[in-house]
Amino acid sequence: MSEPAARRTVIIDETVRVHHLLDREEVLGPLMLAPLLIYLVALVGLPLLFVFIYSFSDATTGSDTFNFVGLETFQKTIADPVFQVALRNTVVFTVIAQAVVIVLATILGFVLSANFRGKWFVRCLILLPWTTPVALSALAWLWMLDSLFSPFNWILGQVHLIDQGTPVAWLGQDSLAVASVVALQAWRTLPLAAVILMAGLTSIPPELNEQAEVDGAGFWRRFFDITMPLLAPIMMVAILFGIVATFTDMAAVYILTRGGPGDATQVLGSWSFYTGIQGGSLAQGAAIGIFMFPVLLGVCILMLRRASRTDAF
Amino acid sequence: MAEVEVRDIRKSFGGGSAAVDGISLTCGNGEYLVLLGPSGCGKTTLLRMIAGLEHPTGGDILIGGRSVRGLPPRARKIAMVFQSYALYPHKKVEQNISFPLEAQGMSREERIEKVKWASGLLGIGHLLQRKPRQLSGGERQRVALARALVREPQVFLLDEPLSNLDAKLRASARLELKQFQQRVGISTIYVTHDQVEAMGLGDRIAVLNQGRLQQVGTPEEIYHRPANTFVATFVGSPPMNLVSRDGKLVGFRPENIELEKTAGSRDDAAVFHSRVLRIENLGADRYVYLRVQDDRGDTNIIAKLPIDHPLHVAAEDDADVIVRKRHLRMFDRDSGEETAA
Repeated sequence: MSEPAARRTVIIDETVRVHHLLDREEVLGPLMLAPLLIYLVALVGLPLLFVFIYSFSDATTGSDTFNFVGLETFQKTIADPVFQVALRNTVVFTVIAQAVVIVLATILGFVLSANFRGKWFVRCLILLPWTTPVALSALAWLWMLDSLFSPFNWILGQVHLIDQGTPVAWLGQDSLAVASVVALQAWRTLPLAAVILMAGLTSIPPELNEQAEVDGAGFWRRFFDITMPLLAPIMMVAILFGIVATFTDMAAVYILTRGGPGDATQVLGSWSFYTGIQGGSLAQGAAIGIFMFPVLLGVCILMLRRASRTDAF
Repeated sequence: MAEVEVRDIRKSFGGGSAAVDGISLTCGNGEYLVLLGPSGCGKTTLLRMIAGLEHPTGGDILIGGRSVRGLPPRARKIAMVFQSYALYPHKKVEQNISFPLEAQGMSREERIEKVKWASGLLGIGHLLQRKPRQLSGGERQRVALARALVREPQVFLLDEPLSNLDAKLRASARLELKQFQQRVGISTIYVTHDQVEAMGLGDRIAVLNQGRLQQVGTPEEIYHRPANTFVATFVGSPPMNLVSRDGKLVGFRPENIELEKTAGSRDDAAVFHSRVLRIENLGADRYVYLRVQDDRGDTNIIAKLPIDHPLHVAAEDDADVIVRKRHLRMFDRDSGEETAA
């Protein structure tokens, strides 16, 4: 009789001890962070590490040979004219798309932070492109830009800007294809930027603008001298998010143009995918991907600096 | 410098009752007018309408004899200091002060001259290169005043400019504000819920409640001859005592009370029988809490007696409250308005 009783006591002690273990912050904290850490290491950290290793090797998908070749892969990559186009495109698309976004997002931010009937409906409508997966929205745009079924062509035809018989091949002409990709990138990163800027605008104390009004400033002076400088830090955040989303994206190009016509709309993301996965040259695909790294690292540093600064009004 | 006049001004915000419900008021040339009232009484809304930041739903506003209805704030030649001071956080003190001048399109040399003059007047010349967040509360207030002063407005509008300062600083800031206004002599409308500020600063005080004007007068008039029971109990600390007798409300200030064990009947004074509830010693004064029998049952009142006066009663004692007739104010029991004795 005495033995089971003793064992039971021990069991109770154990549960009590475990219970108290969870009350301790140094145990509970890491425990709750663990899922995120595992996710980040397994799905972001490790692949990144592999990319670095592959880029210095001659790995392909077709064989299991693996030799370190130093910078040879990089030399081959840089010499490739398609890569040069892709690198230039990535930078140009990002800069143009984000420049468009920042102007439109500021206007939208003002619209969203204003008080009017049906505000919620408009907010939902504006957020919609952001909630839609890239692949899905790119498919929708593919139809919109189709040379036969494009509603743009139909509208242009109705107002007699183009001849109904010779529709515009939006994705078939270099410059139009580039414009289409940039438009898609701007369209899908606009909502988040607009919402970020709306939050920024609402965080500016209204009496600052009222004070400026009493001080004799008109709309434009208030906008450029008070609102914009106070909005600048948050605008920076919006731009950084936009850069990350546009610079690394491959889905838009992959679905809309496949990098074409020719390689006119090729970007680092898509070219890395075509070379590394479809072309089978893992090493070169990885090396192409590496070229995104300095920009993303820079963005990360700026973001972290921004996050650690407490610059309250 | 200019006279400010509001005529039967009204403001209601979507549906509900009016925030400002028909107020007529004049602030004379160079006068220091204080708008006093509890929060939500409409005083800030009234000030914002004068500034042009709110549009009145009715009535008219005149500055310097000319209607400013429909004019934007920048066309009204007013300066305003907000409760938060609303300094531009990204600009140095110097740029903050010169902002109204830039908006006017004044030349750089003139601006520098003006900023020097205004900052000298307020003793902040050494702070010009700092950012607002590097300033103390009192320094911020002075910067805000300098910015208001620099363009030589016709009217100063101040919205609770002292409420963000700690109690110690507030007394000295009050003195500075008053001296400053006397020196520049610009008509000033000052909003506050603090009766001490109102009494200390105002040439005249306008007491507001529920969007309506209760009384306008000098601090003495407001204190000694309140127009109704609201003013009587809002101004003064502790407030005026109100006791119901002969169908009227009899009001008297706590410091006008004499306490005796038995007073007998007096020709020159009113006598109320009471019971002492509690005596508080506050250093210079004593507060004596008393319960008085009146027409409507029991009423609690407070007597404020100088500490060096001998007190012949203790807690739980019966005592007679004596108030000289000239200190008595009569109010209508239903309307609360002052009536003749």
